[in-house]
Amino acid sequence: MLPESAPAAPPEKMEIVPLSRAGELPAKGRETASTWGRRLLIAAVLVWFAALILVPGAALVRQAFANGWEPLAAALAEPEVKRAFVMSVGLALIATVVNTVFGIVMALVLVRQRFFGRTLIDGIVDLPFAVSPIVAGLMLIVLYGPESPIGGWLEARGFQVIYALPGMVLATMFVTVPFVVRELSPILRELGEEYEQAAYTLGAGRWRTFRSVTLPSIRWGVAYGVTLTVARCLGEFGAVLVVSGNVVGRTQTATLYIADGIDSFHPEGAYAASLVLAAASFLLLVGMDLLRHRLEGAREVEP
Amino acid sequence: MSAGPYVDVDEQSGTGRASLATRPSLSYHRGAWPAPWGEAGRPGNGEKTVAIEVRGLSKKYGSFQAVDDVSFSVQSGQLVALLGPSGSGKSTILRTIAGLETADSGSVMLTGEDATDLPVQRRGVGFVFQHYALFRHMTVRENIGFGLKIRGVPRAEVRRRADELLDLIQLGGYANRYPSQLSGGQRQRIALARALAPRPKVLLLDEPFGALDAKVRDELRTWLRRLHDEVHVTSLFVTHDQREAFEVSDQIVVLADGKVQQIGPPQTLYEQPANPFVAGFLGAINVLPLGSLKAGSVGGGPSDWLDRPPAEHAEAYVRPHDLDVHATRDGKPYWPAIVERITPLGGVVRLDLRIAPDRPLHIEAPRNRALRLGFEVGDEVYVTPRHLNVYDRVRGSFDPVDVHRAIGLTLENGAGI
Repeated sequence: MLPESAPAAPPEKMEIVPLSRAGELPAKGRETASTWGRRLLIAAVLVWFAALILVPGAALVRQAFANGWEPLAAALAEPEVKRAFVMSVGLALIATVVNTVFGIVMALVLVRQRFFGRTLIDGIVDLPFAVSPIVAGLMLIVLYGPESPIGGWLEARGFQVIYALPGMVLATMFVTVPFVVRELSPILRELGEEYEQAAYTLGAGRWRTFRSVTLPSIRWGVAYGVTLTVARCLGEFGAVLVVSGNVVGRTQTATLYIADGIDSFHPEGAYAASLVLAAASFLLLVGMDLLRHRLEGAREVEP
Repeated sequence: MSAGPYVDVDEQSGTGRASLATRPSLSYHRGAWPAPWGEAGRPGNGEKTVAIEVRGLSKKYGSFQAVDDVSFSVQSGQLVALLGPSGSGKSTILRTIAGLETADSGSVMLTGEDATDLPVQRRGVGFVFQHYALFRHMTVRENIGFGLKIRGVPRAEVRRRADELLDLIQLGGYANRYPSQLSGGQRQRIALARALAPRPKVLLLDEPFGALDAKVRDELRTWLRRLHDEVHVTSLFVTHDQREAFEVSDQIVVLADGKVQQIGPPQTLYEQPANPFVAGFLGAINVLPLGSLKAGSVGGGPSDWLDRPPAEHAEAYVRPHDLDVHATRDGKPYWPAIVERITPLGGVVRLDLRIAPDRPLHIEAPRNRALRLGFEVGDEVYVTPRHLNVYDRVRGSFDPVDVHRAIGLTLENGAGI
């Protein structure tokens, strides 16, 4: 038998809360516990973040400014610091330009072409991420070092790779190869070939299509990959350390200078250079975040 | 009026042809600058020439025969549909004509020139993609002008032509918008304008309305048909929707399993399908054993009015609207049936009948006539065909029969539905 009065008690008056205020609903019973749990979780994350990143960062800033502006400025004005930074920036510039061009081509080939060994290469592209930079540097020494056949042959003709700029460029490029490729591959895959085919049917050749259609479509991806590459180039230490020989004023980069400064009980310059590098990284990070937003915004529209 | 494809729209404005919109003169093939493809293949006025000719086209993907020895041709100025289910090879054929894909064998002729080995850029085709493929970093005007700009057409001229086309597609105020700011239907119209801008020899459309919702699709179909009547560029479009093919095209090429099944005007294909596939693909059809059609008192049964006596296994293919339903026998040949379900569908009523346990039968009757008859589920009725196709599986023959004429009735006598 069905009871006549199905709703025994009159239903409670429902409060209609606008969606924007839904989070402010009065907490009751079980909800209180979950609210506290959530707060605890947020607090834990914040503490962890602070302990790992904010506090060390602040410590560096404090240490660098320990004696005020003047020693900092003086340390940065030293010619070897300047040369180290010029070297770092130069390396970053060369490696980024080469890796960007190469990365775009490589991504296009890996995504668009079908050839024997494609999957293998696609997997190996990530190798520089997986291999320790020191090992990468060692590979270069084994290949181009003065004792190696290639290195000996080149040196006999007055071209030094290891303990010179070419080796450092190679090392920096090696560790940063995957950034542009990895950033572009999914974008190109998602983009498909229809835009390019549309350009072809309209009469555009391959190069024109690349310039006018492909490149503008992937520009934010390229920019993001470039930013990551620059950041990694500036921070590179291990691979460059192995191949550079760390000759002060000649093959010393900013990171090598910092390492030297710490070792030689001359920490003021190290703090100052570290601060500059950290600041550069921070700026790159902010730029990257802006780019990331552009990138995701651009991906949402798909005409 | 049998105007060729290269007739200037200006010349037609006095012929009373419906105009898309009032707008200044639109010249399709006559511009201030030379036609980008040269004058090759430009036929004389009114002369019927072949604009697209495909001969013996075959293409394999691995072991899958996507296109199997396909040949057909498209007359200048026509709008032709490549109709088939998915996997029938229709898109591959279209893309091969455009040069976006290469066939294993066969040739493609465009306006009399062998285009088989020409790169896509030099074929002079306009291509419209299902998902528009508008360049999202360019404005609408830049998109439309792209094909002209890369040919080095002066900027002012590009702009003029783009604006002219924008008027043609009735999106005059949208020149500076970006594709992402437009609806799907608007984007597809712009894609069409972009394809038309460089004055292509032929226009190829790959499921152009496939990504749009039903209402917009209906509007765009009608719009495309009217646009084609104005611009008269030879057009070939791919669709899997038989209604779309019917509404828009002059000719239909029906494809299945990579092979051409039949070519002809829509109504001909519908009334005289070449085989069961075409019959079934172009609309609902009932397949009934011809032997079960009982002879009436007028004109006798099938064996009396067919040229040769029907084989035992012969089947009758009958459209739902080619069947009449009666409550009593009226002398014409009939199938006895039981009413199983009555479904009003707006203007028509669908009757699901059954003539044997494994033989369902569907009929569509105009609503008012169905109401007048007042059938109910379970009623015994008599179904008489007006028109049917006799299919002999063994011989492979597919013969249309006008039943009324066959039994000696000149006009439908109005009895029944």
